[in-house]
Amino acid sequence: MKKSNYISRRNFLKRLGAGATTITAAAAVSACGSKSDKISASASTKREIPLDKMTYRTNHNNSDRVSILGYGCMRWPMIPNPSGHGEIVNQESVNRLIDFALEHGVNYFDTSPAYCQGYSEGATGEALSRYPREKYFIATKLSNFAPSTWSREGSIKMYHNSFKELRVDVIDYYLLHSIGNGGIETFNRRYVENGMIDYLMKEREAGRIRNLGFSFHGTKEVFDQVLAMHEQVHWDFVQIQLNYVDWRHASGANVNADYLYAELTKRNIPAIVMEPLLGGRLSNVPEHIMMRLKQQRPDESVASWAFRFAGSHENVLTVLSGMTYMEHLQDNLLTYSPLVPLNEQDYIFLEETAQLMLQYPTIPCNDCKYCMPCPYGIDIPGVLLHYNKCVNEGNVSRSSQDENYRKARRAFLIGYDRSVPRLRQADHCIGCAQCNEHCPQSIDIPAEMQRINNFVEQLKQQTL
Amino acid sequence: MLRKIRLTFALIFFFLILLLFLDFTGTVHAWMGWLAKIQFMPAVLALNLVVVAILLALTLIFGRLYCSVICPLGVFQDIAAWFGKKARKNRYSYSPAISWLRYGILGIFIVALVAGAGSLAALLEPYSSFGRIASNLFSPVYSAINNFLAFLAERADSYAFYKTDIWIKSIPTFAIAVATFTIIVVLAWRNGRTYCNTICPVGTILGFFARFSWFKPVMESSRCVNCKACEKNCKASAIDVATHTIDYSRCVACMDCIQKCNKGAISYTHKTKEKEKPAADGKSGDINRNRRSFLTATALLATTATVTAQEKKVDGGLAIIEKKKIPERSTPIVPPGALGLGNFTQHCTACQLCVSVCPNGVLRPSAGLMTLMQPEMSYERGYCRPECVKCSEVCPAGAIRPITVAEKSSIQIGHAVWVKENCIPLTDGENCGNCARHCPAGAIAMIPSDPSDNNSIRIPAINVEKCIGCGTCENLCPARPLSAIYVEGHEIHRTI
Repeated sequence: MKKSNYISRRNFLKRLGAGATTITAAAAVSACGSKSDKISASASTKREIPLDKMTYRTNHNNSDRVSILGYGCMRWPMIPNPSGHGEIVNQESVNRLIDFALEHGVNYFDTSPAYCQGYSEGATGEALSRYPREKYFIATKLSNFAPSTWSREGSIKMYHNSFKELRVDVIDYYLLHSIGNGGIETFNRRYVENGMIDYLMKEREAGRIRNLGFSFHGTKEVFDQVLAMHEQVHWDFVQIQLNYVDWRHASGANVNADYLYAELTKRNIPAIVMEPLLGGRLSNVPEHIMMRLKQQRPDESVASWAFRFAGSHENVLTVLSGMTYMEHLQDNLLTYSPLVPLNEQDYIFLEETAQLMLQYPTIPCNDCKYCMPCPYGIDIPGVLLHYNKCVNEGNVSRSSQDENYRKARRAFLIGYDRSVPRLRQADHCIGCAQCNEHCPQSIDIPAEMQRINNFVEQLKQQTL
Repeated sequence: MLRKIRLTFALIFFFLILLLFLDFTGTVHAWMGWLAKIQFMPAVLALNLVVVAILLALTLIFGRLYCSVICPLGVFQDIAAWFGKKARKNRYSYSPAISWLRYGILGIFIVALVAGAGSLAALLEPYSSFGRIASNLFSPVYSAINNFLAFLAERADSYAFYKTDIWIKSIPTFAIAVATFTIIVVLAWRNGRTYCNTICPVGTILGFFARFSWFKPVMESSRCVNCKACEKNCKASAIDVATHTIDYSRCVACMDCIQKCNKGAISYTHKTKEKEKPAADGKSGDINRNRRSFLTATALLATTATVTAQEKKVDGGLAIIEKKKIPERSTPIVPPGALGLGNFTQHCTACQLCVSVCPNGVLRPSAGLMTLMQPEMSYERGYCRPECVKCSEVCPAGAIRPITVAEKSSIQIGHAVWVKENCIPLTDGENCGNCARHCPAGAIAMIPSDPSDNNSIRIPAINVEKCIGCGTCENLCPARPLSAIYVEGHEIHRTI
């Protein structure tokens, strides 16, 4: 083992010396704080992006004409804070992305006071305020997750601040953020006991909120219970997680999307789709699944399948995509200008693909960073994404007898140190589980941290 | 020809030994570790009589070949002197030996060893001096180059290189290394082997034997034309052309003079002459382990910035992680295999080889007066990992005896101590147990903090009988800057 390392090192040096390797240092850009090089959704063949072919859906409540591609503002590109610690949104890039999106027909922008370490609303507002108000629909949320904002005053303050940050007088779509986390008790505490639901309904009457809805992650019981409130509240829309894996194979405690969608359609409530790409997991797929999808439609990107799936459902008002990079935006625009709906065979094909993907034991982390910051400094999504990457690339060995064990071990351990600083790795997780209630995918984060760390220990001690 | 052979071997030895200090992957040590073990003082301290006998025999046959080929500090001086010679040719001249200084320093050296003042001995000893320079000055450069390649490799999606930490392990030791480097380079640049022939205790000992060596450069007066080419190029200042004599106690058998003499008046051959009897050298003795730290080790650390669980209001971002401080340890921790502080300080030459190879940032030179530059352990950067026995593999002086991974798991080098005031379950009210979860010896159990309430939040209980002192708990403890659990060393290591 030791000897072969030494040789490969020499070989590498030799190659460097011969000048045979060309290394392109990519500019370090990160999405809302992560080294997000995972999504490469660009189409492989060059095509023109049409300016006026975007598919639109009409909201039957108020005849809003909404583009099928909605801009998720949760993953804006970040740059290091010039004042030292931390990061800020790269406003210049945001402006460019929003310009391009509007120019090509995107008119729905979804943000939250919590996104991008709290910078998303301001950055989105700044970029959009350069356009006439009727050009875009704005969606934001009551993200009163912290117990200190559960009070009526705290929640109303957050609501008012959104108008200021977004520089608008009217919010087109207002959501109760992430219903389901923490069960119905948390829902009651955040919205019912403090009277916020009544308050927001009055705001809707006053015309400052045009549509009132909620976004949902959680169990069937909570969904049914909140949906049953439709009689009194009249939900104008509901945001659900929908994609070809979650359609019938939702992970953990989450509900299959086919059920959620059917319940909404039954009540004639428009659905807004989030996580159509599972945070890039349906784009960055194992090699043979990529080949399978490409074989069907060689000109289309892997991601385009996921977007066509989400958009093909008629009751879907818009499909949100957190597009960090221009290439993501361009690829999605190609997919939706116009949308080519799936046919029967396509649905069957994607269901088979979903079943193939389930064979890879990845952790259902979509890198939404709701769990962050961990008070003890762990980079939770960093650890989980590294693990998933290794699963997809076949670098998670089952035993030291595996054929590629030595290579996989090296890739896992060196890659681990590269993607996550030592002090932020899984072994520093104390298991306090403060993160768990924030995870929309209901991942048991401390348990996963311990499992990954045990695996790391087995690799390090060579006891696998 | 002889000079070329000498040069070839010298450079091979030099770069391989240097590589021992530079390579942090452990690859070179597996093959070349013996190069450190054949160094004179480490062999003496390790009581490696076979090596000592061979080195003395080598000297009795060939002269101070050791100083020209095997000693890395000797070759290092030759390299510095080579640049000096480029600056001015024929720069040396004969000077008589300064015997009082040579033997005086040898005396001090032996007294220091016997009295247990390892740090004083390490200041004079050539292999320690080289190790100090290599690990403090050359190794960071090597690591920086490696890190640059790792940076490129990462972008090329290659795992050929990985990044390694560069840090000043001890400021006093670093300062001494800079001073040693400067003095050695200046001396070598100006006068060649001044250090070897006036200060180096090993040079003095070997010089004593070299006088009686079988082969030596011999001057034939009949052929000599007194051109002084040899004298002006003798880096040991050992050739006196006026009397046609060579001081063999200082000659390092470099063969430069043979090469320089175009009359063929000097040849490397046997010559019969006067005789004397050898003397014994002293070693071992009682160890005085008075720790008077003249620099508090906590100097390097940042000021406080409390990072107790702030309320989470927005998504993303990373909490600031405060640096750990080194706790006040009443007994220093030395690596498993060291048997105990006594054995360790007695044998350690402070060559920094173990410090260079420790992959976990645990070993660093001590700042204590009596043990200055001898390594000790601390766990704020990493902990003594169960699969690693690198330091015990490389130690040439027998200060850290070779052990296996299995043996290591049962050697008690210290024991953990709980610091109630810092413990997260009590300060933050959060369930933790990270120390218990990661303890490789299973020596920590979590017990209720309130004896009368079984459901109260749990705190660690340490079974000192099972604890081996590896520092996993101390390193992984979430309390910062001071851990809520830390390790106290044991004077004598025990096997459990």
